[in-house]
Amino acid sequence: MTPSLETKDLTIRFGGHVAVDAVSCAFRPGELTAIVGPNGAGKTTYFNLMSGQLRATSGNVFLNGADITGQSAPQRARAGIGRAFQLTNLFPNLSVLENVRLAVQARAGVHYEMTRPWMLRRDLIERANGVLDEVALAPKRDQAAASLSHGDQRKLEVALMMALEPDIFMFDEPTAGMSVDEVPVVLDLIARLKADTTKTILLVEHKMDVVRSLADRIIVLHNGQLVADGEPGAVIALPIVQEAYLGAAPRARTS
Amino acid sequence: MMILSGDGPRSKALSALLIVIVLVLALAPFLFPGAKPANVAANICISVLLVASYDLLLGYAGIVSFAHVMFFGIGAYGVAIALYGLGASWGALALGVLAAIPVSVVLALAIGLFSLRVQTIFFAMMTLAVAYAFNVLASQLSWLTGGEDGRSFQVPEILRPGFKLFEGDVFGVAISGRVLSYYLVFVVCALLFLVLLRIVNSPFGRVLQAIRENPFRAEALGYRIVFHRTLATCLSAAGATAAGALSALWLHYTGPDTALSFSIQIDVLVIVVIGGMGSMYGAIAGAAVFVLAQNYLQALMGKLSSAAADAGLPLLPGLFHPDRWLLWLGLMFILAVYFVPTGIVGRLRGRG
Ligand SMILES: Nc1ncnc2c1ncn2[C@@H]1O[C@H](COP(=O)(O)OP(=O)(O)O)[C@@H](O)[C@H]1O
Ligand SMILES: [Mg+2]
Repeated sequence: MTPSLETKDLTIRFGGHVAVDAVSCAFRPGELTAIVGPNGAGKTTYFNLMSGQLRATSGNVFLNGADITGQSAPQRARAGIGRAFQLTNLFPNLSVLENVRLAVQARAGVHYEMTRPWMLRRDLIERANGVLDEVALAPKRDQAAASLSHGDQRKLEVALMMALEPDIFMFDEPTAGMSVDEVPVVLDLIARLKADTTKTILLVEHKMDVVRSLADRIIVLHNGQLVADGEPGAVIALPIVQEAYLGAAPRARTS
Repeated sequence: MMILSGDGPRSKALSALLIVIVLVLALAPFLFPGAKPANVAANICISVLLVASYDLLLGYAGIVSFAHVMFFGIGAYGVAIALYGLGASWGALALGVLAAIPVSVVLALAIGLFSLRVQTIFFAMMTLAVAYAFNVLASQLSWLTGGEDGRSFQVPEILRPGFKLFEGDVFGVAISGRVLSYYLVFVVCALLFLVLLRIVNSPFGRVLQAIRENPFRAEALGYRIVFHRTLATCLSAAGATAAGALSALWLHYTGPDTALSFSIQIDVLVIVVIGGMGSMYGAIAGAAVFVLAQNYLQALMGKLSSAAADAGLPLLPGLFHPDRWLLWLGLMFILAVYFVPTGIVGRLRGRG
């Protein structure tokens, strides 16, 4: 099957530091790829290069075979690349419902409509309520996003991406910092997404048991380089992974 | 509710205050006949429009602009130049307005596209520079603008003070061209206020708030924020231009002091803060309080001062001397910002 998302020699330098170093990799629909590696390996930066928050120093990004290296983040979002951020990135003073409704509105392509009150777009509100149900945030819909607990903010972060209904889902440590009982909501959601074989899912995750149970494939980044790529069992057995995850316990949060 | 675009005042106290203000403005010529109250009322109406269009930018989109008074000036000069040059006809008036609005919108578009890509602080600097250049231009092109003296002009006949709509009075008030002028100002301001209220409560307006809250995330959702910000700038400029045109029509005069003075820009900022940023209703409450204070504080202080002098109190007569009214206005502003940072609207809605 042709890749939905692909990078070729993708590189970014910050001054003298090469954060992502000539990474070539292809991702396919129906496949959940876990991206692992120690803190500072370049996972988040690699995501930012693919979803357009950062511009590559060299190399290319392809979406369904088309070169999108020059496209901005909004262009890529509208082309079907969805992103949930590692550092929660919400509209803090707007309500939980409004946060999601804005994503639904973006998905519906309603960008410049100004002659009707937003309340008359019942369809957008209903869809947003549906997404909130999926992440178990419906009871908190009228609260300001900033007033949510950390775990609920993480769920809302994921909800914004779900509401966009992208073809490519990029989860960056979606469960980091969540309490044990909150984690299953997010994992179930990812598992349900996996059932849809038209979706490409990329997941940065530190918890090895989660990776093992969800991933079809694991790639390993180390110092910005792609050092391993393959089946979960095989990759987890590699010395470099053992060293990163079992030798030294991973820190809970990364930059 | 739909005329309010689904965004009601959401507080009994605020609703009551707004109803009183709007009713008094609607009946002003009958409640308070005379030139001074009419000026104050018209000034409030025009300020509401000017401030509401500024709040679209500052309170909703989170963009700081110092060029709002420039767009106001473009409207005022558009009307002045057309009526002065072409004579006092409705056609000339229409031409003045229809020329001024595109000039403002194109200018706003240029500033927006050129500078909103970068940082909003750069935009603020750009607006300052452009507004300054425009000021210089307006005083240099004196053959067109009248330079420092400005332009006095005649308005269409039925808007002139000497005009009577019919013989006889309504509730003891003659329906003169002045009364008709006032209602023209009132109705246009009210309609455009409702348009602005509709815009900020539309899906587009909601995106503006999202951009204010987190531009980075708005982009990640697919919103091209430069276009949204630029469009908001253009709409805001058009609103200010309309306010300027009405101001010129009311004053029969346009000059640097009435149309381009930077103190107008300061007043707008002060009113937005007093009324409450990010709420269109703040423009109504803020403009009413501010313009009333501006016009009557001096007289009130004169009375206080002489009363204190009569009572033989020390210090107070000097403190309340009418010449110190600006000091008191400033003091009131500082106290308002310190104690009621969310403005009148925020306070009456029970937030802060
Ligand atoms: N905007 C930036 N400017 C400079 N250095 C950065 C920037 N973003 C990331 N880096 C650096 O790039 C490296 C990779 O970071 P990151 O992608 O966040 O790692 P990971 O997500 O794998 O923990 C780190 O050394 C980090 O300090
Ligand atoms: Mg990271």
